[in-house]
Amino acid sequence: MADQQLLLDARGLTKRFPGVLANDSVDLQLAPGEILGLLGENGAGKSTLVKMLFGIYKPDEGEIFMKGSKAEIDEPGDAIELGMGMVHQHFQLVGPLSVAENIVMGAEPKRGMFFDLTKGEEQVAELSQRFGLAVDPKAIVEDLPVGLQQRVEILKALYRGAEILILDEPTAVLTPQETDELLQVMRDLAATGVGIIFITHKLREILAVTDRVTVLRDGKWVGTESTEGATQESLAELMVGRSVVLRIDKDDASVGEPVLSVHDLRVRDDRGHELVRGASFEVRSGEILGVAGVEGNGQRELVEALTGIRPANQGKVTIGTQDVTKASPRTIAEIGVAHIPEDREKDGIVGVYSVADNMVLNQYFKAPFAKGGQRQFAAIAENAERLVEQYDVATPSIKTPGKSLSGGNKQKVIVARELSIENKLVIASQPTRGVDVGSIEFIHKQLVAERDRGAAVLLVSAELDEIFSLADRIIVMYEGEVVADMPAEDATREQLGLLMAGATD
Amino acid sequence: MTTATATTSPTVKATISKYLPWAIALAVMFAILFAMSWDSRQTEAVGAATVRAAAPLLLGALCGLIGERSGIINIGIEGQILLSAYCGFMVSSLSADASLPTVISLILGVVGGVAASALVGFFMAWCAVSLKMDQIIAGTVVNIFALGFTSYAYVQGRTQPRYPNWTVPGLSELPFVGDVLFNHGPLTYLAFFCVVGVHIALFRTTWGLRTRAIGEHPGAADTVGVDVARMRYKNMIIAGAMAGLAGMLLIQSASAFSRNMSNGKGFIALAVMLFGRYRPLGVLGAALLLGFFTALQSQLQFNQAFDIPPQFFGMIPFLLTIAVLAVAGLAARPPAAAGSPYEKE
Repeated sequence: MADQQLLLDARGLTKRFPGVLANDSVDLQLAPGEILGLLGENGAGKSTLVKMLFGIYKPDEGEIFMKGSKAEIDEPGDAIELGMGMVHQHFQLVGPLSVAENIVMGAEPKRGMFFDLTKGEEQVAELSQRFGLAVDPKAIVEDLPVGLQQRVEILKALYRGAEILILDEPTAVLTPQETDELLQVMRDLAATGVGIIFITHKLREILAVTDRVTVLRDGKWVGTESTEGATQESLAELMVGRSVVLRIDKDDASVGEPVLSVHDLRVRDDRGHELVRGASFEVRSGEILGVAGVEGNGQRELVEALTGIRPANQGKVTIGTQDVTKASPRTIAEIGVAHIPEDREKDGIVGVYSVADNMVLNQYFKAPFAKGGQRQFAAIAENAERLVEQYDVATPSIKTPGKSLSGGNKQKVIVARELSIENKLVIASQPTRGVDVGSIEFIHKQLVAERDRGAAVLLVSAELDEIFSLADRIIVMYEGEVVADMPAEDATREQLGLLMAGATD
Repeated sequence: MTTATATTSPTVKATISKYLPWAIALAVMFAILFAMSWDSRQTEAVGAATVRAAAPLLLGALCGLIGERSGIINIGIEGQILLSAYCGFMVSSLSADASLPTVISLILGVVGGVAASALVGFFMAWCAVSLKMDQIIAGTVVNIFALGFTSYAYVQGRTQPRYPNWTVPGLSELPFVGDVLFNHGPLTYLAFFCVVGVHIALFRTTWGLRTRAIGEHPGAADTVGVDVARMRYKNMIIAGAMAGLAGMLLIQSASAFSRNMSNGKGFIALAVMLFGRYRPLGVLGAALLLGFFTALQSQLQFNQAFDIPPQFFGMIPFLLTIAVLAVAGLAARPPAAAGSPYEKE
């Protein structure tokens, strides 16, 4: 007999996709007022699990009980009806519609045959007051900052009477301050009796807010532990299955001459908005410069301008002694600049090319990979075999198309290609986004190795942990400007968080 | 300030695209004033013809608007208009042959025409939603089929009963506006009621809220229990009915079918939709504007006031369509999900 005290009791959930066992007999229990962390690497099956709970996937085996009775959940509508609410990683909000319209959609208040928007706005105002989630019901959603949009998502679930809230990687898009606010909101909601399933791969957040944590690895249920007494190291070990170095050990930097100098750089985006507004900084050989900042503050445009993909509007970029402000991507790469792009699917690999071809994208046109305009397949294959071995890329063969690799392995292909040449400068943009913990550790070690070899490394990351773990010096970008430049050992998390949010003092 | 330079060009663009339509509308008013001073009977004729010409554009644009707001780009409006005109005409003509009363045969014709176009709407929904086909190709198929089929099947010499003119008692006696606004066939009035109806439905009903949602972010609608596929089917059928009425409007004014009688109206309707920024009331203004130029050009062709080949005047609405598309393209923001099939997880 199922436990009536539990809001949710899932037993033996199994889901198979062609060739993959995504979830193998996973158990999960949630009590009222409890915050349960769901922890696992990418591809460990966290998303599959909650999608089964929410009726997006149908489990092949297993049962779900809610408050003691068996629940039949065939589609999200059933889950909503049973009191479940889900805040998706990618917000499910209609941008041009108002907050109230988004929240009440699907369960709209009516007056006669008409949709009663005024009443909807009143209901939303009342709800946001009751749960302490302040937001203007009349505001247009796409005008709101990400943190508020997330609030709208939570209200959407609460409007439908959710007693169980599933939050899928909710902090991935937030500033540290917004994250703290969200964690507080979660505690407040739990205090009213709502049960929360909190998916994240950030160990610190798990420790900060959850009561218990369920860990998945390779689709298998590894264990459910009380958070009390757990440490980042113990959780990481559960998640990966071996002990993991969370903080890379590195020697002091032996800093040399400036390799990259950027002076008063201004860059516009495709719509003509100036997103980099007079950035100036230097990266010297033998150091890692971390660029911290909430996404969308000009980091992407900065990197695109530095690598020649996007024209600079104004300012000067020098690599070594060479002015590369107007240079082409090829010229810049040939000088000795490695680029690990932010969007690996779009800019990093060619999905339909083989792993081997992807590994020579930066050198395919010259010896030994091409002679007299003819490609040298033996050399290309030899190169690929060596790099796959050296960088531990999990691929069936070097002929496998790049798109069929997992995120972490795609990233390894890119890192292998870019670092296979001796570079003066390595530009790495969000190098470990969506990459599993094991690969993160590997990529971090590679970046530190480049620095120790004497290369200058520019690391752009929205993850403060990554910046703190790797950078020797940190600059903060806010609205296209460099608002701070400091040695890493002088920086604190709180201080960077404030700078990233635009606080100036 | 750096901010100023950063935002100048988009702001200027936005301002231009916001006010240009109104500037054009003003120019139109001056043109009317000019025409009035020239001959008041002609002005009245142009005014009434504007309303007549605007009506099918209006309905065609509403068809496109409902589809695109739901996430389906419909370039097959031209074909839907032509096909409904043919089917409606044949139904009316055959039922008149069977000696049914005139009113009945006219009503049957409208029902037939609307049903034919609604069926095409269903077909396009099937292509776009169930087959996840390229929507432009689906629309092109409809256009080619409609022109080929109606040209092949049409037999010259067939006739159908004429539509009555409904004069609104009292109002039609008013000087100028009486003839311009209140002396038309029944379907013309219906077209204008449809605009108001769609406007209210789109912005004041749950259907409208959900329709706007599935065109912008079907995933969001889906996660709150809105059946995206079903709604897209339903809306394409409703939209098809609108285009069907547009086809019947052509029959109302010509009382007979003729080869390729839609003559690009379905495409001009797309321009009207864009110019009206996917809003029914905007579509109303845009349709009246293009209707005015259509009326003006036929008047100019007719009275041969200038020694210019009439074909040049015939070009006016199409040139204006190109101009509108070039300018309005800057301002109109299509629904984000328009054109892409919804992939459910």
